[in-house]
Parts: sequence; structure tokens; C-alpha cells
Amino acid sequence: MIRSEILRDIAPILRDQLVVCNIGLPSQELHMIDDQPTNFYMLGTMGLSSSIGLGLALAQDKTVISIDGDGSVLTNLGTLPTIANNVADNYILLIIDNGSYGSTGDQPTYAGKKTKLEDVAKACGCENVVVCKDVDTGKVLQAAIDSKQMTIIVCKCDSGNIKLPVITMDPVVIRDRFMKAVAS
Amino acid sequence: MSISKKIVDDFVANDVSFITTVPCKQLAGVIDEVEARPEIFHIPSNKEDEGMGLCAGAYMGGKRPAIIMQNTAIGVTINTLATLIQYYRMPLPMLISYRGELREPVACQVEMAVHTKALLNQMNIPTYHFHKESDASELDAILKYTFMCNKPVAILTDASFWGGYGDQ
Repeated sequence: MIRSEILRDIAPILRDQLVVCNIGLPSQELHMIDDQPTNFYMLGTMGLSSSIGLGLALAQDKTVISIDGDGSVLTNLGTLPTIANNVADNYILLIIDNGSYGSTGDQPTYAGKKTKLEDVAKACGCENVVVCKDVDTGKVLQAAIDSKQMTIIVCKCDSGNIKLPVITMDPVVIRDRFMKAVAS
Repeated sequence: MSISKKIVDDFVANDVSFITTVPCKQLAGVIDEVEARPEIFHIPSNKEDEGMGLCAGAYMGGKRPAIIMQNTAIGVTINTLATLIQYYRMPLPMLISYRGELREPVACQVEMAVHTKALLNQMNIPTYHFHKESDASELDAILKYTFMCNKPVAILTDASFWGGYGDQ
């Protein structure tokens, strides 16, 4: 499965949660598949999905899912020790690990070569690190939500993209409706 | 009252309850004070752009955030300031150690000091410069201003403000 197929698969689970979605194609795909006020779309700032999600989880009680990519986690690798040392049991980091920088033309990442992000996360002190196959993402994600324990999921999948439009929604509108959904 | 305690008192009085820090010798007293206050969740970050991501999330979760960092971080965070904090219109007080100013013993610090105000100006970031201890009396108003206008705001604090570097 490619990322957009996984997002389509897990959309019914994501719908009821606060989601911080990674820049570029992941946000465009989620926006097209199932736009919700509970989705925060990143329009820029590669690498910070996990940090924004952690800050949000630490600030309030609802479950927060950060959807990130292997390339974006590599961009902000310092996030993993911060996550490990500031446990928020309402926080799930879902790393869609397709071994490539999808939004820029599928150039290979080091996670697609020798680097294993699940091992990096464990070495950083993250306690619940789950590796799953693409087809099992929904089951693993639901189990992580139900466990009420901070979980890092590394979902191994194929690289590949679909053609779709950019998000034209104003960033302040995205932020404002998201904050209202958080507070509701 | 120590200046560090006064600064953190102002943060608390303005309901700032989520502070991320990247260390600096000049800011050590403030960071200790932030860590000691039960009203504040203190989360050290490994890099300042990561810290701004944490602050953005905390803000959307209903907390008032702040970041404490060195001026070298302006070089690290330009993209994050433009495409996250400013683009989504979020408030972010930035208490900044202004290294490389008068009394600075480390020459390399001057290299970013000469760019600091120019970069902040280019980014249209409201900037306040604390040079004497009495300048800190404006911090309360600066924090109110930040959360009124939903912008990142820089508070530069130089070595003279902190009383120099001691015997160096």
C-alpha cells in the first residue's frame, strides 16, 4: 500500500481524533479523503508535525495523533528524545515510513537504507514503539488509542503518490477551526 | 528580588504556562526559575525550531506558550517563524539572550549579533532590547502586547542587562 491508501484505510479512525498532519502530500491527501475540523494541516515547516502534536497533547487531555513521514522525522530527529522524556499518554506518533521523500519526487531517505527509525526511537527512550505493515495500520492505531499510552507507530509501506490539488484553505482558518474543535 | 524571578513572575502573571528552553549561560537563572515554578510546564527542546513547534501545539491546546533561547537561534528558526508562527498567526514571546554585544568575551558570538536585529526587522517581528535592569519593567506590557496581537515578539537581553560575564 502507498500512503494515500493507508490514509483512506484509517480515515474512519482519524475522524474522531485530533490529527496534526505532515506538510505536503500527506496533508493534501487527508484533506481530500476526509476533511475535518479536527485536522490541523501543515502548509509549511517540514519536520515539526511531531513537535506540534506533542505540544498539543501536553496542553490538553484529548488524544492527539501526529502523522509524520520518515523523511520529516529525520529532519527533526531531536524530537524523539523530547517525546521520550515528556510522556503524554494521549499522544500517538504515526510515522508513515515509505523510505522516500514523497512530496519532492520520491528521493530515497536514509530510513529506506540502513537507518531504522524504530531503533532510533527506542534508543531515544521511547517505551511503546510498534512496527507494523501497511495493511495492519488501522488495527495498530486503534489499539494504541485504546491503550491510553504514548505510542510511536512505524508503518512500513510502499513509496508512491497520487495526483491531487494543493490546499487553498487559509492557514488562519485551518488554525481557528482546529482550535475550536480542540476546545469543544 | 532577583531579575530572573521578576521575569518569571511576569510570565506567570500573564498566564504563560508552557515554556520551552534551549540553554544559555546568561539565561541559566531564568531557566532554573522556570523549572522551579509549579504554574509552568517546562519542556527543554533540542533545537529552537522544534521548540517553536511545541509552542504552536500548546497554544492550539489552550495554553499560553513562550520560548527562551539565544539569538543564534534566529538563524535556525526563520522558516518556522515565517511558515508556522506568523503564517497561522500565533502569539509567541521569545526571551532571547543577545550574545555578541558589549562585554562579550567570545568573538564568534558577534557574527550572529550583527545580523540579529536586521533579521528580526526583515521578519517584521516587534523587537525590544533590554540593556539595563530597569528595562525589564516593560516585560509585563510586552507580554500583554504579544497575546493581544498574536505575533512572535522578540525580547533581546544583552550582557549588560545580565551584569556581564564575571571574571573572563
